[in-house]
Amino acid sequence: MTTPAELMTFDDAAAMGLSRDEWDLILKRLDRTPNQCELGIFSAMWSEHCSYKSSKKWLKTLPIDGPQVIEGPGENAGAVDIGDGLAAIFKIESHNHPSFIEPYQGAATGVGGILRDVFTMGARPVALLNALRFGDRNHEKTRHLLGGVVAGIGGYGNCIGIPTVGGEVNFDKSYNGNILVNAMAVGLANSDRIFRSAATGPGNPVIYVGAKTGRDGIHGATMASAEFSDETESKRPTVQVGDPFTGKLLMEACLELMASDSVLSIQDMGAAGLTSSSVEMASKGGLGMEIDLDLVPAREDGMTAYELMLSESQERMLMVLKPDATDTARAIFDKWDLDFMPIGRVTETGRLVLLKDGGTACDIPLAPLVDDAPEYDRPQNPVPKRPHLDSHAITSNAPITAVLQTMLGHVDLASRRWVYEQYDSHVMADTVAGPGGDAALVRVHNSQRGLAITTDCTPRYVEADPETGGAQAVAEAYRNISAIGATPLAITNNLNFGNPEKPDIMAQLAQSVVGMGTAAKFLNTPVVSGNVSLYNETDGVAIRPCPVVGMVGVIDDITAAVGNAFTGADQDIFVLGQDDSKDDGWLGMSLYAAHHGANDIVAPPPVDLAAEKQTGSLLRDLIKAGKVTAAHDISDGGLAVAVAEMGLHSGFGAHIALPATGDMHGWAFGEDQARYIVTSAVGSDIIAAAQQAGVAISKIGVVTATRDLQFGDDDTISLEALETRYEECLPSLMAG
Amino acid sequence: MTPSSLASIRVAITVFPGSNCDRDMMVAVEQLTSRRPALVWHKEASLDPVDLVIVPGGFSFGDYLRCGALAGRSPIMNAVMDHAARGGAVLGVCNGFQVLTETGMLPGVLVRNAGLRFACRTVRLETCATMASPFTSGLSSGQTLDIPVAHNEGNYFADNDTLNRLADNGQIAFRYVAGDAYGPANPNGASRDIAGVLSNNGRVMGMMPHPERAVSALHGSTDGATLLLKSLEALMS
Repeated sequence: MTTPAELMTFDDAAAMGLSRDEWDLILKRLDRTPNQCELGIFSAMWSEHCSYKSSKKWLKTLPIDGPQVIEGPGENAGAVDIGDGLAAIFKIESHNHPSFIEPYQGAATGVGGILRDVFTMGARPVALLNALRFGDRNHEKTRHLLGGVVAGIGGYGNCIGIPTVGGEVNFDKSYNGNILVNAMAVGLANSDRIFRSAATGPGNPVIYVGAKTGRDGIHGATMASAEFSDETESKRPTVQVGDPFTGKLLMEACLELMASDSVLSIQDMGAAGLTSSSVEMASKGGLGMEIDLDLVPAREDGMTAYELMLSESQERMLMVLKPDATDTARAIFDKWDLDFMPIGRVTETGRLVLLKDGGTACDIPLAPLVDDAPEYDRPQNPVPKRPHLDSHAITSNAPITAVLQTMLGHVDLASRRWVYEQYDSHVMADTVAGPGGDAALVRVHNSQRGLAITTDCTPRYVEADPETGGAQAVAEAYRNISAIGATPLAITNNLNFGNPEKPDIMAQLAQSVVGMGTAAKFLNTPVVSGNVSLYNETDGVAIRPCPVVGMVGVIDDITAAVGNAFTGADQDIFVLGQDDSKDDGWLGMSLYAAHHGANDIVAPPPVDLAAEKQTGSLLRDLIKAGKVTAAHDISDGGLAVAVAEMGLHSGFGAHIALPATGDMHGWAFGEDQARYIVTSAVGSDIIAAAQQAGVAISKIGVVTATRDLQFGDDDTISLEALETRYEECLPSLMAG
Repeated sequence: MTPSSLASIRVAITVFPGSNCDRDMMVAVEQLTSRRPALVWHKEASLDPVDLVIVPGGFSFGDYLRCGALAGRSPIMNAVMDHAARGGAVLGVCNGFQVLTETGMLPGVLVRNAGLRFACRTVRLETCATMASPFTSGLSSGQTLDIPVAHNEGNYFADNDTLNRLADNGQIAFRYVAGDAYGPANPNGASRDIAGVLSNNGRVMGMMPHPERAVSALHGSTDGATLLLKSLEALMS
């Protein structure tokens, strides 16, 4: 332990994750040697987590503009116009490393953090989603991690009273030593009442509100910027501890204060705590800030300047108030029994000055912290061109229903009920469609309008072909939003990759961002917020790349939305997006292939953005016109799995006709993109509309009153038999 | 019952730090009566005369110490107990049910769910044959209602003598029965599948399911509206 005044060396900087070049740059910019607090601030601000130094070059290529965009990347969260003077404000963020070390608290604070990002903007959060990746189902840690993460997500969201309405959970051995926990929050605000973080008005008071600062999570942002190793267990004390009750009080107090017209700017104390919040507020305002650290409410005595600045204690905010608003604000925080402490003021100096124990603990210029943050163009190894899978080597004549029974009973496709029943999905009483649908649908309170929300990524595609995989994540999200009848609006992304200093990983990151950007631009869904999580490696082995897309859409009339459960017997079942001549399918990198021994990396299904747009647009029009009774995106497991899910989610069955020729398993389980299963009571209208729009369509069967699934003339299984496998998979895994 | 008389009904909803279903209940009652209920902060020591007090769901005081324990000892609950002692009607939902058992206004306790996991699902309730009570008088015995639950501690527990007495007195209001959703009928292991109980004068009811979350076709069920509406009508008749 050093005293704040003790001067640092390069060894200290290296221990905080800084490189020799970065250390030299700090010396040059300061023109002197930093003390521990100052070095800690540089190391946090220049960490991968805060500076995006490896990804920035590529993030800049993403489309961020559009008529719907109110606030793009750079603020606490992105904002889009949803009509009626309202904005949807949303962001996704990772909490991977803390969740691996301490699953309950890691996941809980991930939820708390993303909620603060949203209500900091003045929005009342209305929905939570998540994207989770765990290791192999048989790995010794998987049950412990899944149980803890799910309980932690529920523990925070349920208590604070925001519904968890959707998400995804998948398993793959590449996550054995490094799980992914990405949490997304969506809120609603009046478009003209959005709060931002840039400090204004020199002399204005800087206020600290919320929970007290303790020694938890110190240097968490730096931890999130390094690989894992066997020593990771020793980092358990660096995991933040969440308190959803204080989070709820803080949310209510902040929203009440924001309604009182007292707040000039506000910033969540998330990663790098007081450091990033003060630096970002002052630098965005082109100003300076002076803080008396002796005034910071502390949970324990004797905390150093370094500890106070780098703590990641949860449920804290920093705000700049109008000069005459302090009393109003204090009364509101008193009501909610929260700390409220003026700790400093906005200055004109362009410097961050921290006072402690009667002296100056830190006095550094802000510009280098932000402007000189490193930006790297890291080398990439080109991703090899992948061969096509020889499907005939793995397909067989086994009955489709037998394959279905095995696949639907596997953790890759089984019911997620064990997970989502631990989340309160309908608190706030505006959830129209919760977990289990293609997209979640949440009513805009007091209106007929709805927000459609989904999270998607298929890492096995991204690993095989990052550019295609990046585009596919956007395309699948677009389909999920379209399948309920909503119009896709914008994206938040969470880029989860390994160590970018390795050229193979850097290529995955860069090329998947290129693919994501191309698709987002083409589909008019700009990226308005996001998060990058790198160094997801343990003992040198990287995760399967997982650039998650969180997409938000809007539907003007929620009563027009459709679900993915069959709604009535004798309705026609179509595949929208393929024609009658199709008698095979793309099995490369499919779940079917993975389940049938094809372990080589081959070409994933190609993404045709024009087809996605045209098909999605037609489907939305048909739903709006009331011609569609149910719709389901075809993705993991292909057509047969999609049909089975529609039956499992309903009280009906289906009779599906097979093509006369071709590879039946390819046809049933291929994962060709840009397709939906659609049911209708007015089938001829659907066919006519598809022909007019130039969209391929194929009638494949009818919904039946008997709860059986029949393929062709003689391959039948009862949905009850499928349901047992589908529903009991996760419970039996967890009962272990 | 004419809408105009329902529009004169006075409903108060208590609000504790950590309550999170207070707004949902307010919206549901206002939808049914056209009159917005009053939200009453926990630090209030008195209550204006009302026809019904609702103690809503949520995580009052973060569920710290024990679910409902701190809320049960807050100033407003003294006023609620006085209201009940005068024969006033009180409905506690979810955390509100826990608060009412903490105050002793209702018998029994609510402990951790049998599976030790939070349970959020739509359950089917069967209305029991009860003593005279405004909360069940508008429903027929055996009538089923599909209403969601969402709780960690909904496992109703009382000793056998108490359970027998509740059954004999007609104080068991609702039981869990098999519904459409996959999984067990009883979501939490509650003794004798009890989902809701009445006080010994029938004027206070606690229930784990959330009727305010089943008041619109968009919720997938309007059975919660039925339950609330029948109760409100009975209170005004």
